[in-house]
Amino acid sequence: MTPAPVDLGVDLCGVRLRTPVLAASGCFGFGREMAGWVDLAALGGIVTKSVSLEPRRGRPTPRMAETPSGMLNAIGLQNPGVEAFCAGDLRFLAGAGATVVASLVGRTPEEFGRLAGRLDGEPGIALVEVNLSCPNVEHRGEVFATDPAAAAEVVAAVKAATGLPVLAKLTADVTDLVAVARAVVDAGADGLTLINTLLGMAVDVGHRRPRLAAVTGGLSGPAIRPVAVRCVWQVAQALPGVPIVGTGGVVSGEDAAEFLLVGATAVAVGTGSFLNPRAVVEVADGLERYLAAAGVGSPAELPSLFKAER
Amino acid sequence: MSPVRELCEVLERRRAGAYQALTVVAPRIAEAARPGQFVHVLAGNDRSFPLRRPFSIHRVERPGAALGTVEIVFDVVGAGTRALAGLRPHDVVDVLGPLGRPFTPPEAPQGCVLVGGGYGTAPLFFLAGELRAGRCRVDFAVGAATASRLLDAMEAKRLGHSLTVTTDDGSAGRRGLVTDPLPDLLARTGAGRVYACGPMPMLAAVSRVAAAAGVPCQVAVEEQMACGTGICFSCVVPVRPEGSPGGSRMARSCLEGPVFDGTAIAWAELGFPDLETVG
Repeated sequence: MTPAPVDLGVDLCGVRLRTPVLAASGCFGFGREMAGWVDLAALGGIVTKSVSLEPRRGRPTPRMAETPSGMLNAIGLQNPGVEAFCAGDLRFLAGAGATVVASLVGRTPEEFGRLAGRLDGEPGIALVEVNLSCPNVEHRGEVFATDPAAAAEVVAAVKAATGLPVLAKLTADVTDLVAVARAVVDAGADGLTLINTLLGMAVDVGHRRPRLAAVTGGLSGPAIRPVAVRCVWQVAQALPGVPIVGTGGVVSGEDAAEFLLVGATAVAVGTGSFLNPRAVVEVADGLERYLAAAGVGSPAELPSLFKAER
Repeated sequence: MSPVRELCEVLERRRAGAYQALTVVAPRIAEAARPGQFVHVLAGNDRSFPLRRPFSIHRVERPGAALGTVEIVFDVVGAGTRALAGLRPHDVVDVLGPLGRPFTPPEAPQGCVLVGGGYGTAPLFFLAGELRAGRCRVDFAVGAATASRLLDAMEAKRLGHSLTVTTDDGSAGRRGLVTDPLPDLLARTGAGRVYACGPMPMLAAVSRVAAAAGVPCQVAVEEQMACGTGICFSCVVPVRPEGSPGGSRMARSCLEGPVFDGTAIAWAELGFPDLETVG
């Protein structure tokens, strides 16, 4: 018996993706850097590095430290600002036929709203992701996703300013993730991206100082995958029907399947692209093989096949 | 040529003084590599998810008569370099390259002074070969903490018209910093170019000496790096000018470097005296 052909295409908030495997924000630059490594149009989508109204310089170095099964980073949202983004990278991505998810970051709900409004008319953007959870900001008050009301306020401002579907990217560094997820969905978020990096710290014991210039940073890579899978599971149980992009340590097709089985609509590959520039493509290929071997025709069928009771 | 990923067979791993040298079969990288570029090597391949490590290219044998090989030199400083030091012939390593911007040779033959610190001397032999093929005079100034940490001084002697050695402890050459004899060397050779690779304080000092002598200087920096392909924004160096906040902008050394003009780096922001403040 030949296995049924697999169609990797999925629907994410009304947008048809070629595969359920995206490149995660902050881990694929602005997409253009990778044009020599992958066919940008063949990816499920590219979530851009977060863009702010004004250019941001980012943190001093060292910005990165390797840790067990992962890494810490404190880049500090370096980006050229929304005007340079629109004139350069966005135009390039649209021309390359990529499915673009524009990631937005701001210091106030009003800034997020202005950004969303600025991008609303730009051709080539399929979805917007609201970065409510970057840990590498100057004030914890900018991590809107630690407070349901603050997160909801940002999402409402973005929704009022754009007609594009909106994903809210949340952090697991909270006591009650479901409460934050419910608040942003009630404020109009069309979907959720779970999770951002976890706030961490590593010490250079030889020099007796932090390994990052910013002292703390975001932990990513396979080290955080079980946390991310747990978050997707909890939120999918509490808010059935809300599309979720699962992200955190996805480096293989089986990793992607973990997230889809517990209720994610799609996944995003982050740190995996640092080791393997073709990771987004290879994760999708691996997922296709997994589905074919299981006799499953579409990634969308996976949640219904999950056996929650062992 | 855009960089490629090659799964490379280890041809040889040997000791090079205090350092390790690793030669891998990488025909496509060896074909395209230019002096100053680097390779990004996966330090192991197990479930502990080690990141890649960047190494400047020490030597290449172009494919053709030879297999097409790339040699790197490294110091064993942590788990990643320890894993690489444990590689044996026929093992396979995952390598990206050639990455980054190479050194720019002069348009016409000129005297060139090549300044290296420790294993930072590694890319300068490859560069010396290219410069000599372009009929440039090459003079080496190499320094290290101690004699065993000088990389292939005999090779530098063979490739250069002259070799000036300094060590911190005086165990080889004259005691002091590699920049101490540099003003004299520049004056004596009438050099038109300086090329340097080594630790950041050395690059700052070499850039200062070259600027004071009015000689264009290119430096190859070594910054911590995750991706090597421009997507992680870890390996940044502050460069001037441009209208971004702070009077400089953070340039990714994997894409815009690792070779920069000594005058382009905003040294003061890295804690070193700025070039203008000298002389």
